Amino acid sequence: MLQPAASAVGDLRAHAPRVLVFSTNAISDPGIDLAGSSHMHYSPEVVVISLPCTSGVRPGWILHALERGFDGVFIAADGEECGYLPDCTARSSRIVQAAQTLMAERGIDGSRVKMAAICSVCAEPFTRQVRGFTESLAAMEA
Amino acid sequence: MTAAPLPPQEGASDPGATPSKRRIGVYVCHCGGNISDYVDVEQVVAAVKADADVVVARDAMFTCSDATQQEIAQDIAEHQLDGMVVASCSPKLHTLTFRSVARRAGLNPYEYTQVNIREQCSWTHTDDHDGATRKALRLVRAGVARTRLTEPLEPTAVETVPRVLVIGGGVAGMRAAVGLADLGLEVVLVERAPRLGGWVARLGTTYPHGADGGALVLRLDREIRRREAITVLTGAELVAKSGTYGDYQVTIHTEAEPITFSVGQIIVTTGFDSYEPAAGEFGYGISGVLTLPEFTSLLKESDGPITHEGRPVRTIAYIYCVGSRSEEHPYCSRFCCSAAVHSALLAADRGEEIRQYHLYRDLRTYGKNEAILTESRRRGSLYLKFADDQPPSVSHDGDGLRVTVRDQLTAGEEVTITADLVVLVTGMVAGKNPKLIGTLKLPVGRDGFFNEIHPKLRPVETVVDGVLIAGTCQAPKTVAESVASGLAAVTQAAAVLKRGVAELDPQVAVVNASACTGCGVCVDACPFGAITLVAAEGASAETGTAPVAGARTAVIDVAGCKGCGGCAPVCTVDAIDLRGYTNAQVRAMIDGLLVGVAG
Repeated sequence: MLQPAASAVGDLRAHAPRVLVFSTNAISDPGIDLAGSSHMHYSPEVVVISLPCTSGVRPGWILHALERGFDGVFIAADGEECGYLPDCTARSSRIVQAAQTLMAERGIDGSRVKMAAICSVCAEPFTRQVRGFTESLAAMEA
Repeated sequence: MTAAPLPPQEGASDPGATPSKRRIGVYVCHCGGNISDYVDVEQVVAAVKADADVVVARDAMFTCSDATQQEIAQDIAEHQLDGMVVASCSPKLHTLTFRSVARRAGLNPYEYTQVNIREQCSWTHTDDHDGATRKALRLVRAGVARTRLTEPLEPTAVETVPRVLVIGGGVAGMRAAVGLADLGLEVVLVERAPRLGGWVARLGTTYPHGADGGALVLRLDREIRRREAITVLTGAELVAKSGTYGDYQVTIHTEAEPITFSVGQIIVTTGFDSYEPAAGEFGYGISGVLTLPEFTSLLKESDGPITHEGRPVRTIAYIYCVGSRSEEHPYCSRFCCSAAVHSALLAADRGEEIRQYHLYRDLRTYGKNEAILTESRRRGSLYLKFADDQPPSVSHDGDGLRVTVRDQLTAGEEVTITADLVVLVTGMVAGKNPKLIGTLKLPVGRDGFFNEIHPKLRPVETVVDGVLIAGTCQAPKTVAESVASGLAAVTQAAAVLKRGVAELDPQVAVVNASACTGCGVCVDACPFGAITLVAAEGASAETGTAPVAGARTAVIDVAGCKGCGGCAPVCTVDAIDLRGYTNAQVRAMIDGLLVGVAG
């Protein structure tokens, strides 16, 4: 049964961290799709925005998400499989570091952003990663 | 489902909260029940209908159906929609479908946003209907937020090269080469082995029609030789690929020297490997224990009564599903049951007195192959079903091979068969092509075979633009199925190349010249050389800003840009945006995802 908005918000703050995932159209988003096709479960508070490449994520977006109400941001990077950029992992890492610098300036814990390589068939690793991230964010709230 | 109402959009009643004035249609799909069994679609529609800029919101049993496509097109015309959101399956499946609906109805296709509420919502949260419904609404609202900020975009047309590279010279690749040539396209057929034909060249009689594999390959080989448009390179491998969609430069290593040329499309038909049992697996390694390909070779290479190592073969035991449906290879190869039953018929032709026992887990002689199963039983083959956790054992003693099995159809009674030959009915495993996978960035599935975008809707396309797959590199297939998929790839490649022009995605990076300082950081960040610095005067004339003497500004070549967006975060003054994924759009999506849940 659905809860009215206000009580749902209260519930979520206490128990279900809101996680924004940045995925990539060709690699990690198909992996996340596969998790769904395989009926693997993770929190419905995990939502995904898919982009061509995680090297295109602006550090400001991560900060914006955290300041507007997400509890964590997960970068589902292509790792070595990126079809665009051979140095995609290094670039995405620099973006995460830049975001963490911005977060530190605002007193936001740097561990609220996490990055992992998710391949096009990484259904189980993605599910494991976001479950773990959700749990660690919940522990931070406790 | 009874439920409390979903949260309204904050500020929905406040006209000042929404700067844009858009006319957006939202369509939420039931997908039969794939979505609506877990998401309350009606509630999502009711909630989003009240949101700003949403002029029409409807649910549909199947948004991709012709009828719903027509309804959407009518809405676009009647309500003068300037934006469209479809919330259904993954964007990988129907983005092109709905772009086409928009185009037909006079709406620019890039004013449409696809929202994934199936793979990333209903199917993921089958255990939480309320959570899934709340999430679906958040995703739809993010889609609406993105659509408020879309702009019409037009693809860039580029000339395509009317030549196709086919990698792999088995039947699928050979037939594809012939088909492409007959449509007026040049073909370069590259085969790693010294000759064409692959596995089929080694087969004798094949099911279901009794065609000879070797003869089939010879016929295809003759057809290839008759067509000047086909160049065959054997003992050759692809080692490099560059260029853009429709005009790729490929380098092939041959026994002589590397060759580089341009192609418009690439079809991969690299085939499969046969499962090789481990030593001792069902007695493999003992004389008389053969794999299915070894047995079919034995049948092909001899006449008259069957013998093995000089001894007559009077009893054959077949063990099915060897190496299949296991932890290592959890899939079914589909062809092997029929191939084994067919081999048993061939063996029976060589002497009706041969006794044949088939030890199986399940039988999959699908379609018309059921007839050969019936025929084999009529001619004396006996079928014994064993349990998954009680596989047969094979040993060797003075009398020959002993196969012991618990037959489920006789209440688990232990049956021992003394056999002259044991045939391990082995399936297909993915071929080993690590270099090719690396060069083409081929998507590899969990089973090691290459992944198409969708097995039914886009069965030969991959997520890599311009790279198609066909035959048994995709999944186990019969000869007929391989050839059919090869021809599907022909159609797909020709549909692009016969037009002579391909459309490049207009979702590329763009520079805001008035904000650009000409620092050049983005130039170094683009590995495709798509960004250059030019004198700012020209660019500022376009934007109407005052030129600064001697200043430079970055410009991005739309044909050279791959649309990765990697240049945008490196810009220190936020002067670069990726069309379709602009700074404003992503921020609006983030806000849309939080409507009604974050204070």
